[in-house]
Amino acid sequence: MIPAAFEYYRPKDMAGVLAVLEEHGDDARVMAGGHSLIPMMKLRMADVPHLIDLQDVGGMSDIEVGTDMIRLGALVTQADIIDHAELSNAAPILREAALQIADPQVRYMGTVGGNVANGDPGNDMPGLTQCLNAIFTVVGPNGERDIPARAFYEAAYVTAREDEEVLTHVAIPMPNGGYAYEKQKRKIGDYATAAAAVQIVKDGGICVSASIAMTNLSDTPVYSEAAGEALLGTSVDAAALDASVAAMLGDIEPTEDNRGPVAFKNHVAGVILRRAILTAWSRA
Amino acid sequence: MSKKMHIKLNVNGKDEEFLAEPRELLIYTLRERLNITGPHIGCETSHCGACTVTINGKSVKSCTMFVAQADGAAVTTIEGLGDPDNLHPLQEAFKEHHGLQCGYCTPGMITRATKLLEENPNPTEEEIRFGMAGNICRCTGYQNIVKSIQAAASEMNAAKEAAE
Repeated sequence: MIPAAFEYYRPKDMAGVLAVLEEHGDDARVMAGGHSLIPMMKLRMADVPHLIDLQDVGGMSDIEVGTDMIRLGALVTQADIIDHAELSNAAPILREAALQIADPQVRYMGTVGGNVANGDPGNDMPGLTQCLNAIFTVVGPNGERDIPARAFYEAAYVTAREDEEVLTHVAIPMPNGGYAYEKQKRKIGDYATAAAAVQIVKDGGICVSASIAMTNLSDTPVYSEAAGEALLGTSVDAAALDASVAAMLGDIEPTEDNRGPVAFKNHVAGVILRRAILTAWSRA
Repeated sequence: MSKKMHIKLNVNGKDEEFLAEPRELLIYTLRERLNITGPHIGCETSHCGACTVTINGKSVKSCTMFVAQADGAAVTTIEGLGDPDNLHPLQEAFKEHHGLQCGYCTPGMITRATKLLEENPNPTEEEIRFGMAGNICRCTGYQNIVKSIQAAASEMNAAKEAAE
């Protein structure tokens, strides 16, 4: 498998990256670990005449755990997340999700920035960051701007990031309460048939806050506000679970593919969400 | 065709310099340019792990890296781990415990396992299966691969204790 020829750039700083993007527009693409882009280039499903490798650009590989916020550089890898004790302590859902992405070799290379910026509905971190209400920072010719994860995804591979912008950081408000990232996949390395990210706060046996997002069940990740609201004020009993799952099913739009027909995907989405809510509740 | 780049690699301790198109995949650089044929091409789609090498301390599927990305990197393949007269403990253990049948996946398996044992010198069976999940074997059913890695871990830990 030989991808089409390309010009390769490895700039030392962001100014160098932006200069190539400005010159070549959508003929240029940035790449972090490359484990989404390179397979697409090998299959010639992605044509990238100008490839910009970000590996030498500094300042995007740090994990900062503050008091109220967590900040991840775009080049932080899944393996970095898994190995970072302070981060795992502060936001265990990140580690739980990262461990379910692909396989060990891919996790050494796959990055947070690539996973959220690519816009692939199969990626896990878009739904996860929507559940956590994360903010993405992008930089372009007119400087930096922040885009909420919940407003970032427009369609498959279409996001609020402009062609000449680069996603540099992901900021996550410190999560509270119980968590779960549940994923059903056919085999190791596969994308989800259905996955659910849940973060729940319990007070006196009652759910006071719940955030729910689903992966690979529409052409974008789905933050289901209604599914979270269905749990509020309840003791997360059977009726609340049913209501939450029903609300989520109203928000997703799965399509038939080699992971199964629509009815099956709806079924699996319900099973996975139920499981995720119960796990998160038990940890809250 | 894009213009060729001047590439420098250190492979198994030896410096290599050559001109290559940036799109050349590292597995082809190793096998066809440098005649290092231990890493194999299985699926060529990042699934099977037969092409696994160690790059700057990480297990990487070399079919999913352009040679341009690896410019300046240190690469270790199965050839850098041991030789027929002086097998690496993992090679010895795979031989003793029937950790291979056809052998096609074995270079990638063993190269990945070196990194796994470096990160976790005393893995449980479950940790081995999870840590080796990026490498597919179609012969053994994995049982003897797990046994081989456990045996190598014991051997390496005993050797380390004896040295201390």
